[in-house]
Amino acid sequence: MKTTLFAALIAGALAFPAVTNASEGPKLPAQKWSFDGPTGHFDRAQMKRGWQVFKSVCAACHSAHQLYYRNLVELGFSEAEAKQIAAGDNVPAGPNEAGETHVDGQPIMRPAQPSDKIAPPYANPAAARAANNGALPPDLSLITKARKGGADYVHAILTGYKEPPAGFQLQAGMNYNEYFAGHQIAMPAPLVEGAITFEDGTNATVDQMAKDVSAFLTWAAEPELEERKRMGIKILAFLLVFTALLFALKRRIWSDVH
Amino acid sequence: MSSEFKNPVIRWIDHRLPVFTMMEHSAVTYPTPKNLNYWWNFGSLAGIVLVVMILSGIFLAMNYTPHTSLAFDSVERIMRDVNYGWLLRYLHMNGASMFFVVVYIHIFRGMYYGSYKDPRELLWIIGVLIFLTMMATAFVGYTLPWGQMSFWGATVITNLFSVVPIVGDYIVQWLWGGFSVDNPTLNRFFALHYLLPFVIFALVALHLVALHQHKSNNPTGVEIKGDRDTIPFHPYYTVKDAFGLGVFLLIYLGFTFFAPNFFGEPDNYVAANPLVTPAHIVPEWYFLPFYAMLRSVPDNFIDAWGILPIIISAKAAGVCIMFGSIILLMFLPWLDTSKVRSANFRPVYKWAFWLFLFNYILLGYIGGQPPEGAMLTIGRVSTFWYFFHLLVVVPFLGKYERTLPLPESISAAVMAKESK
Ligand code: HEC
Ligand code: HEM
Repeated sequence: MKTTLFAALIAGALAFPAVTNASEGPKLPAQKWSFDGPTGHFDRAQMKRGWQVFKSVCAACHSAHQLYYRNLVELGFSEAEAKQIAAGDNVPAGPNEAGETHVDGQPIMRPAQPSDKIAPPYANPAAARAANNGALPPDLSLITKARKGGADYVHAILTGYKEPPAGFQLQAGMNYNEYFAGHQIAMPAPLVEGAITFEDGTNATVDQMAKDVSAFLTWAAEPELEERKRMGIKILAFLLVFTALLFALKRRIWSDVH
Repeated sequence: MSSEFKNPVIRWIDHRLPVFTMMEHSAVTYPTPKNLNYWWNFGSLAGIVLVVMILSGIFLAMNYTPHTSLAFDSVERIMRDVNYGWLLRYLHMNGASMFFVVVYIHIFRGMYYGSYKDPRELLWIIGVLIFLTMMATAFVGYTLPWGQMSFWGATVITNLFSVVPIVGDYIVQWLWGGFSVDNPTLNRFFALHYLLPFVIFALVALHLVALHQHKSNNPTGVEIKGDRDTIPFHPYYTVKDAFGLGVFLLIYLGFTFFAPNFFGEPDNYVAANPLVTPAHIVPEWYFLPFYAMLRSVPDNFIDAWGILPIIISAKAAGVCIMFGSIILLMFLPWLDTSKVRSANFRPVYKWAFWLFLFNYILLGYIGGQPPEGAMLTIGRVSTFWYFFHLLVVVPFLGKYERTLPLPESISAAVMAKESK
């Protein structure tokens, strides 16, 4: 008993340093997410709203490079709807029969298909910077895994715009955000109350939109989350029983050792 | 002697190629001390994790592309579009952390029970070599997904070799295959990452040959004296190891399925960018104690010695300390002169051991903090203590400690415990 306790302590202590704290900014307000916890899952209605926010607001500046239009089916869209959404965007068509990719310096475009990656707003990082005051809007497909705090962080950034405190030197073209490291962010507050009308009638408050798009981005970063947790529960339940049986067997086999 | 198997096919093969006799001797009838506690589970666990790493790694390699412009996306493709690719990758990622947890416990177990002493010195040294090769494997493996930490970690660590006098810069360029960490570096790291686990496998085989020569140590540290001290490996330790494996899998798979990125750095989900340096470059947790030692030598410390900077820079001193800390472990069998193996019978060494372990964990914590202020000071004291323990405390205690009386034999110790 004492030894097992020690084992647990040592394992815990060895793992502890992994949690390095680079504490910047105030603590993130923790939100309730449907995908939290061992039985977490994605709320399909929220996913669809989140996609709507992403598509009609964020996608103007941000790419989601790891996502294909076909992935939208996983959110509850039908194949036909995914096809229709794809057809609304244009992607570079690639070389034509003459081997040309550009005409008059402009790329030849075609409507996107479900098998295409979601079309980025800018052709390259230089164009993205040129359109955003020199700042680069990061790709959002992994953003909830790429920042400490995940969905809570994205939600906090989107709702964290404030008047700068007296005496704070805000550079030209920058915005004050409570949760961004250094508090100066190049992204102007992207969400405005009622800027979009949700198809399911949900009231489009800033907080609601921020929550929905953060949930959507969590799916974008971890589309395997539901399957992973479901499988994990089954496997761990099996292991628990199996290990208990092994323990009983061990006790029995060892009962004659003196 | 051999070929006593009932099955005729097995008998036929064994007569010509005695693999079954070998297995019988090393995993069935193999006489094992009857008093081994659960700390003795970690050796077999390490072996199993190695196999899991090799298997998951081979399937990852079938889907991975070692090119700077494709590596990051190819790992994401594994996560999204390869059947159960996310499982393979999370098993591999968390398996690396678990491997180090298990091996760290295994090493400290050896230190507590004096398992490195005569006649097991080579067994211990091969173990240290396995640990070194594991670190090399994990280091090159971590560069493969080509995230920000992959790139910057590789840059920082390869740069360490620049402290080698005169040829340092050439060595670094040779490692890189160019003038910075770039595509040639990624290619060779992938080749090495595929190779090194098999080197570990070979070292493990040697480790086992050395183990079976003199058999396992045990909590009393008293050698096996007769049949009454041992029990056959099967079924006693096969079932005990199986139970240990069950508990281990619950923890390992618990992380894999429910907190797969617990041990990771968020920055590694940002694709590598040589133009953007992350705010804090931190290695994987299992390297942190060594990282703390590396950064424990400040420039002004060297300067205070006046002429020393001409001979050795602060960086070079840090690198020497870091590598020295591992090399020194190989000499432990000769640094510890105590005739008594187990710390259970060494009242003072026992405390020195726990202090050493605490100090090591503290170093790990410091390694994850920015090297400033109090952290730097604590890091230096801790680094000092690491070496002081091995170079002064251990030899001193070996000579002057008053040890407790040892039990006559393993079975006598077991009897005494049971009659209590
Ligand atoms: C007008 C263009 C624009 C729009 C619209 C926009 N962003 Fe941004 N975003 C930016 C820029 C530019 C940055 C880089 C900020 C910086 O580095 O200072 C950024 C950065 C971010 C970051 C990263 C912050 C960090 O920690 O580095 C997140 C997360 C983010 N945006 C989310 C969103 C979401 C979600 C939406 C949609 C609701 C959105 N953005 C809409 C331009 C935009
Ligand atoms: C000693 C055993 C091994 C250790 C300690 C180890 C460690 C690691 C680590 C730490 C990573 C980075 C994981 C991440 O953050 O994504 C990695 C990645 C990788 N490893 Fe291994 N590995 C081992 C064996 C192998 C073997 C035998 C192979 C193949 C034959 C392999 C193939 C790969 C591949 C392809 C990647 C890149 C994909 C990824 O990042 O997930 N590994 N390894």
